[in-house]
Amino acid sequence: MSLQYFIRKFITLILTLLLITLLTFTAFTIIPGDAAISKLGTDATEEQVEALREELGFNDPLPLRYINWLTSALHGDFGESYQYSGVTVAELLTARFPVTLLLATLSLILILVVSFPLGMLCAMYTGKWPDTLINQLSQITMAVPAFFLGMMMTWLFGLVLKWFQPGAFIDPFEDFIGCVRYMIFPTIAVALPKIAMVVKFLRNSILNELHQDYVRTARSKGVRSLRVLYGHVLKNALIPVITFLAMILAEILAGSIVVEQVFGLPGMGRLLITSISARDYPVVQAIVTYITTVVVLINFIVDVLYQFVDPRVRTTS
Amino acid sequence: MKKQRNYNLIIGLALTIALALMALIGHFWTPCSPTAMDASAVNLAPCLKYPLGTDNFGRDILSRIMNGSGITYLVAVCTVLIGAVGGTIIGAFTGYFGGIPDEIVMRLNDVLLSFPSVLLALLFISFLGEGTANLILALGVLFIPSFARIVRSEMIRCRDLDFVRSAKVTGVGTLRIIFAHILPNSLVSMLTSAAIGFNNAVLAEASMSYLGLGVQPPHASLGRMLSEAQSCLYVAPWYAIAPGVTIILMILGFSLISEGLRKVQNH
Repeated sequence: MSLQYFIRKFITLILTLLLITLLTFTAFTIIPGDAAISKLGTDATEEQVEALREELGFNDPLPLRYINWLTSALHGDFGESYQYSGVTVAELLTARFPVTLLLATLSLILILVVSFPLGMLCAMYTGKWPDTLINQLSQITMAVPAFFLGMMMTWLFGLVLKWFQPGAFIDPFEDFIGCVRYMIFPTIAVALPKIAMVVKFLRNSILNELHQDYVRTARSKGVRSLRVLYGHVLKNALIPVITFLAMILAEILAGSIVVEQVFGLPGMGRLLITSISARDYPVVQAIVTYITTVVVLINFIVDVLYQFVDPRVRTTS
Repeated sequence: MKKQRNYNLIIGLALTIALALMALIGHFWTPCSPTAMDASAVNLAPCLKYPLGTDNFGRDILSRIMNGSGITYLVAVCTVLIGAVGGTIIGAFTGYFGGIPDEIVMRLNDVLLSFPSVLLALLFISFLGEGTANLILALGVLFIPSFARIVRSEMIRCRDLDFVRSAKVTGVGTLRIIFAHILPNSLVSMLTSAAIGFNNAVLAEASMSYLGLGVQPPHASLGRMLSEAQSCLYVAPWYAIAPGVTIILMILGFSLISEGLRKVQNH
């Protein structure tokens, strides 16, 4: 891989991150309403408010405040939460992050395990009944909102069949197996719509490759079609899927925001929603910065990875 | 070749028109009042008088769905309109003229497109405040990049083609070339992306209202109803099922249309 490409991508990454932080920072600075008042309550005296404003650095010019915020954010210091007094944003995030990470990881695993065989099955039987059946099913599955699926599972498995107790989340650090058992249902809710998307994408990607010349060559040499699929086609068909999976990962993070709410999981998404309702801006700012950074980083890694697996991109860029 | 019927498009259109009609009727007439509470008919299972049952305040669920899907459609139509108009203008000018503004706008576009839309909508809502109008604004802005990208690529493809050159030579104004000569070429891809936009808008409206950040009570949007249904899931599961299925049918309709349009495009 050319170093030049890597450096160019890296500079873009840094610029994008700066742009995002600048945008979120400015946005949260210009919102009406004084953070000092919302922290002290409306019956605080003029002097108290002024003192707190000075202490929080609200009286500094905007560029200076941005730089200050950015430097402390880089050190993992996002300030103090407004709604939970005395608790730093970093503490809140470290407490909530593992839950979201676990949900995202489990969902990704489920998506990969289920969608790859299905996608290949579709491509092998193009136009025949397994393909049509899976296609119709994915069309319908894609239309089901993750949170509605979650609610239906809560009702069926939680309330009617009593396979799990809705809302009684088990701490992964106390009982990991129990936690994973609870997480199965939110995982399915997050993963199912995405599985449909990946199946569809993978199928089209494989079909695209099947029309290439090298497939015809391999067939005419007498290679069996299954062997062509596994040995030749799949390797190439997976390349575009990598980029698609990066997008799916971003969607998983977003989807978990809503699904956490349905299942009462104490994750980052739930924290984000309560913080938005409580106008707890340092927390909102930190979570948004955090999630967007993760998304941008994943995209960066995928771009670089692409260079490794697809020599064609290397020569053209 | 035998002409194949585009079933996706037909079923999708039928579904969407039926639901839109229901929403339209629901705007003027509903079997019961969508906000009238009946303390003697709380959490009733579907029966003859209340075909879809009643909710925890004794309101008729069918009436609320007929009325509420109107709000969902309103949000969807407005957001797609904002996205399409904004995206067309931005994409047309940056694509036709190119240069540094194009480069900057497209970078911004890429950044916006790579983010999960729910997160961005949440971000917008967190500084605009909750409510239907803000939700429309937030989602509308989010849809601008995807339209801008389509229109831009069409502009780039066409700007040096012969029909544009001959239009220039005969003295047609730049604005007329952009909007009357080049733009109609991208109609089908615009429609496809509008259908996907509707699909996403319905989903986003439902999610945001479910989280309590979109449509506010006493208005009934489908997402809002789901959020209210969550608390009485055990005693009245039909309260969740009815709006949920309506959302699924709405999204299914739009996604079938976009699928069908894509087939039209490939022919």
